[in-house]
Amino acid sequence: MLDRRGFIASGGVLALVPGGAAAAPTADVVTKDNPAATIDATVEPLYALTPREAEFLAAVVDAFIPADDLSPSGSECGVVAFIDRQLAGAYGAGARLYQEGPFQPSNGQPQFGSQSPLAPLAFIRLGIAELDAWAAAQCGARVSQLSPPMLEALLRDVEAGKVAFPRIDARAFLAALLQLSMEGFFSDPIYGGNRGKASWRMIGYPGLPATYAKAIKNHRGRRYEAEPRSIADFL
Amino acid sequence: MAKVLKATDAVIVGLGWTGAIMARELTRAGLDVVALERGPDRDPAADFALPAIRDELRYSVRQELMQDPKMETVTLRHRLDDKARPVRRFGAFLPGDGVGGMGTHWNGNTFRFLPSDHNLRTHLTERYGRARIPDDMTIQDWGVTYDELEPHYARFEALCGVSGKAGNIGGRIQAGGNPFEGPRSGEYPNAPLVSSHANELFRRAATELGLHPFPAPASNSSAPYRNPEGAQLGACQYCGHCDRFGCEANAKATPLSTLAPALGKAPGFRKVTNAYATRVLYDAQTRRATGVRYIDLRSGETYDLPAEIVILSAWVFGNTRLMLLSGIGQPYDPRAGTGVVGKNYCYQIQPTVQLFFKDEELNPFMGAGGLGMVVDDFNGDNFDHADLGFLGGGYISLNSTNGRPISFRPTPPGTPAWGAAWKRETAKWYRKTALVLCEGMNYASRANSIDLDPTYRDMFGQPLLRMTFNFTQNDRAMADYLLGKAAEIGRAMNATIVAPQPRKGDFNVVSYQSSHNTGGTIMGRTPADSVVNRYLQSWDAHNLFVLGSSVFPQNAGYNPTAAAAATAYWCADALVKTYLKSPSPMVQL
Repeated sequence: MLDRRGFIASGGVLALVPGGAAAAPTADVVTKDNPAATIDATVEPLYALTPREAEFLAAVVDAFIPADDLSPSGSECGVVAFIDRQLAGAYGAGARLYQEGPFQPSNGQPQFGSQSPLAPLAFIRLGIAELDAWAAAQCGARVSQLSPPMLEALLRDVEAGKVAFPRIDARAFLAALLQLSMEGFFSDPIYGGNRGKASWRMIGYPGLPATYAKAIKNHRGRRYEAEPRSIADFL
Repeated sequence: MAKVLKATDAVIVGLGWTGAIMARELTRAGLDVVALERGPDRDPAADFALPAIRDELRYSVRQELMQDPKMETVTLRHRLDDKARPVRRFGAFLPGDGVGGMGTHWNGNTFRFLPSDHNLRTHLTERYGRARIPDDMTIQDWGVTYDELEPHYARFEALCGVSGKAGNIGGRIQAGGNPFEGPRSGEYPNAPLVSSHANELFRRAATELGLHPFPAPASNSSAPYRNPEGAQLGACQYCGHCDRFGCEANAKATPLSTLAPALGKAPGFRKVTNAYATRVLYDAQTRRATGVRYIDLRSGETYDLPAEIVILSAWVFGNTRLMLLSGIGQPYDPRAGTGVVGKNYCYQIQPTVQLFFKDEELNPFMGAGGLGMVVDDFNGDNFDHADLGFLGGGYISLNSTNGRPISFRPTPPGTPAWGAAWKRETAKWYRKTALVLCEGMNYASRANSIDLDPTYRDMFGQPLLRMTFNFTQNDRAMADYLLGKAAEIGRAMNATIVAPQPRKGDFNVVSYQSSHNTGGTIMGRTPADSVVNRYLQSWDAHNLFVLGSSVFPQNAGYNPTAAAAATAYWCADALVKTYLKSPSPMVQL
């Protein structure tokens, strides 16, 4: 049986009990020896990432959003699937991104935003390779093989500017990955992340339909609670 | 080779607020009008319907309704000696796109500027003396006064069904309104929006401090409303999806909701969408604009549309860029201080204070774009600057606009950006936090300006605009002062944690600040100090008119839409009543 990250790397997706802790992976994993599972509707392909890249992202996303009593982990909530779909689509290809040259390095001036010639898919892909190479050199293991405390320490080092990559800005890579992870965790579940509306339950965001003409007054100072609803719940 | 189209009476470039206002007024006067809009048409009933419009990722984060920088963006340098870099993704400000322009996805804050904002140099000179204005602060009077604009402000408020409370009607101060505002001819068309709990905490604290809180004037209709154009607005649902979104309740006043129905029926009106204007056709010999050249973005064909009157209403960057690309007027040279096109580009500086209340439930997801409680005590010249090291100011407000969770999930200072502690703090504070905003003005300075970039190009190979911009010492001193006042209000609100967030360092294009950009084609008294005269008529072509916040000589501490719209009505009024009878310069030198 595959472990959790191996499962995600295989292109599988974990079942999730809405609002509760993630179910442990069961034996219904997709393997050559278990052909029945290959038609399981919960199995989804990877559209842009390689299995190894997905494995990397599962580890990092779970460091960003660890499982606890507030919510399942990021990967359990579908954040890796979200990132994969975003990178496979228009966003990953550089939609709404001016990509004409010349390209001048930012030279430590984040005020200009990213000046990389790479579209998001290529940028994230290169960043994954660079951080994996760094981890291999410094820790003797790929990012996905590090223990959670070691991975957290490594990511804090990147965040603090203590890690340098040869070709792209390590902090910018981490920031981009964090932004994508938070988009996946907090966006409407129709995009593949935020399964079971886990993040909305965590913070108390009711989602849709968001019509509060009466509640704005009669819930003044009083918590408004509602079963969160997604766009999909109205289709 | 451009295909030459049949001539029209007037061509309008850009169909946002000011373009739609002008189109309405000119068609009412019987003219044939063609409006060219770079973006697509929009159908609110179909495009902004529930549930799909409540999609934070698509509309807010991926900016569905905004200008696509792949097609055209701007470049930035902070200093004249720096090399500019392109703004590859819009962040600090969000230019609009499509019919309705930025008026589709605005929040709806509908403030009038102060009387002293309109005659700023004269006002400050009279109060503090000429020596008090720094040499490199290139502020000037608008050439049109608040009193002249008052009926036009009122007209725009009626168009939008603005919800608010007057503070000064005909010189008499009204309880509950803004006592610092200029005299109004009447009350707002709609009662104020229902305030949020956070608004009320702000109101109570500001009152205790001796300040003068009032509900922000909002173009989010507090009740069903029929405007003078016969358009019906719905009542606001406080959904928290105003800015960056279309309004499914049709409660937010936009060009689509307030003017499009009447324009659609107006004989003589035609809109051409996906039409990217590249030149004002200009005859330098006769000093006349002869039409507009545009590219049909679907076919790639180039067309020349001849017209008797040309109107530019393509926002700050579009207006300035078209003037520069067309060779109309002398480009501004910030080193020499000569020329005018591109001069006095201004922005705003908006420090904030994040408040956290351990014992309050604030339901931040309930809100409306213009749902704010405001104090104007520290705006403009409403307070004595004699002993202060700066000029200007801004309003301070607590706005309940949204709690959309991809972008809104503040945590107290010192909280990590991810991991177990981040989760705990996010879950703990999401419903218990509110932001106090300082809408700080930005007065013109000699270096801050826009010109054509020597290197970077749009998708058709035309030069992009280059912005040279940074905050000035005056801006920073003013912002620090406002921030101190805002924090004082936060403490008086008994917030558990008061976290001031100053604006430090060079101007940053990544994080959203304000889409209240102004200047570049400024108005004034003579061709030496301005691009257009007090009627927004070009000094270099009497049949060319320029609308929008690009004509403001400097910015103010308010959202600029009402002032842009009021000046558009003022211009249209002069155009129809005076210019059409005798097409010629309306200001004689």
